[in-house]
Amino acid sequence: MINDRSPILKLSDVCKTYGLKGRQGVQALQNVDLDLYPGECLGIVGQSGSGKSSLAKCVTHLEQVTSGEIWYRQQQITRLKGEKLRQMRKQIQMVFQEPAAVFNPRMKVGMFISEPLLNYKMMQSQQAIQETRRLLERVGLSALDADKYPHELSGGQQQRAVIARAIGVRPEIILFDEATSALDVSIQQQILDLLMELRMETGVSSIFISHDLAVVQQVSDRIVVMHQGKVVEVVDSSKLSSAANHPYTRSLMSSALSLRELKGKMQVRERVE
Amino acid sequence: MMQLRAETTPWLEVKDLSVSYKEGIPSLRDISFSMKQGEIIGIVGESGSGKSTLIRALLGLLPVGGQYSGGEITFRDRVLLRDSQQNWRGMRGKRIAMVFQDSGSYLNPIRSIGSQYVEAIRAHFPMSRKEAWGLAVRTLARMELDDPERVLHSYASQLSGGMKQRTAIAMAAALEPELLLADEPTNALDVTTQNEVMSQLSKLCADKGTGMILVTHNMAIAAHMADRIGVMLDSRLVELGDTLRVISNPEHAYTRKLLDAVPELEGNKHDQ
Repeated sequence: MINDRSPILKLSDVCKTYGLKGRQGVQALQNVDLDLYPGECLGIVGQSGSGKSSLAKCVTHLEQVTSGEIWYRQQQITRLKGEKLRQMRKQIQMVFQEPAAVFNPRMKVGMFISEPLLNYKMMQSQQAIQETRRLLERVGLSALDADKYPHELSGGQQQRAVIARAIGVRPEIILFDEATSALDVSIQQQILDLLMELRMETGVSSIFISHDLAVVQQVSDRIVVMHQGKVVEVVDSSKLSSAANHPYTRSLMSSALSLRELKGKMQVRERVE
Repeated sequence: MMQLRAETTPWLEVKDLSVSYKEGIPSLRDISFSMKQGEIIGIVGESGSGKSTLIRALLGLLPVGGQYSGGEITFRDRVLLRDSQQNWRGMRGKRIAMVFQDSGSYLNPIRSIGSQYVEAIRAHFPMSRKEAWGLAVRTLARMELDDPERVLHSYASQLSGGMKQRTAIAMAAALEPELLLADEPTNALDVTTQNEVMSQLSKLCADKGTGMILVTHNMAIAAHMADRIGVMLDSRLVELGDTLRVISNPEHAYTRKLLDAVPELEGNKHDQ
């Protein structure tokens, strides 16, 4: 999958400090170095407050980094402004946790998906309507859903629509910030399946942020473990149980609830009794 | 747990309970189950399956537009549905308490935690403010919150999600209810905090012999906490059985689907 060894996105020594009035600032990110290779899915785990979301916000320029550099394909994008920033944003799309909060409640789903296509002048409006239908069907919704308002869709369907909008502009990188955390476990599985399909099909690189290690392991190639604003470990997903060394990673692993383990334990107990 | 189950007459009994909303859409259809003292029942289902309506119905707190269209709820020796509002009020909080999914948003943002806490206790027990404060400190300490005094002096916005949730559970447990209803108590929390909150809930139930109905969409959580698991689909209770039986040998196809959806860490995967 990883054919080209030069990273598509590179963070070097990134720091982010949130200033508080009259108090010492909070260091949300401390000297973070990361590489994202083309076609790769990089998972980021850590508990709340570990800096995962700050990292996502810095990459998408929703926040300015305090120091350090962000490189997108040999090009420094740390302090882009104006039209250049606008064009760069097209390449890095983001999907958030709470789909209901992303929509304009008075804008129909079709308009929501075609909006970026028109804004970036990628196509004429007639063509955009066609493309919207195609995108809706691609993410497992019906083309008729274009005429619905967001509140008429369920949480899982809303998240599908958000993903349709994100892939519409054909970005090179998609960032998922806790994209499945607000959904039911069964819906979460459907969305994860969709993400893996899309990745196979388009070869898009992605960063998948979640506090659930089991979910991250399922979708990503490498896992970055963050703790108190620092990257404490980077491991291959497939070698997680054997290669993870850091005590914090271990504690995350032990807090993942496993049905299989429990079933085994209960069966043993049953036999003893 | 054994001695608690010695009592054979059902402790809480729900018979053919039906609830519908204004437009006539049924939200609960003929739900029947019974519960022994000190038992923990997990109710699992997707959003919209009626699981939250079920525990709200048990407390007489249906959302606007909801009405009971049939059935009976008996708790100990009282038939709850025929009770007046007055009697319900004596029941809620004191004998049956509830923990909501997002308890942080139920706290008043412009009052300190302590003042709300003391008010809640004094509404049910004749106690001086000082005594109530002492009780609050003790229950918070039991939830393993580091500095109970500081928590009581702070405002909701100054606490993290996990702390707020633990405070809310402590508040619900302060009055030592006989039955605790928990609606997705760990949904908004991190995996690590989730485990802490869960272990404290089970400790509480084991210590005081409190019965609990735990509503969740995650089969793994229910399996770790509950003695029995009920599965809801389209406002019906489609399966109810001992935890081990449900997770190892599910009867309903939908139960199997819910079990498969639980994400597992590679490495403790068994071969099917």
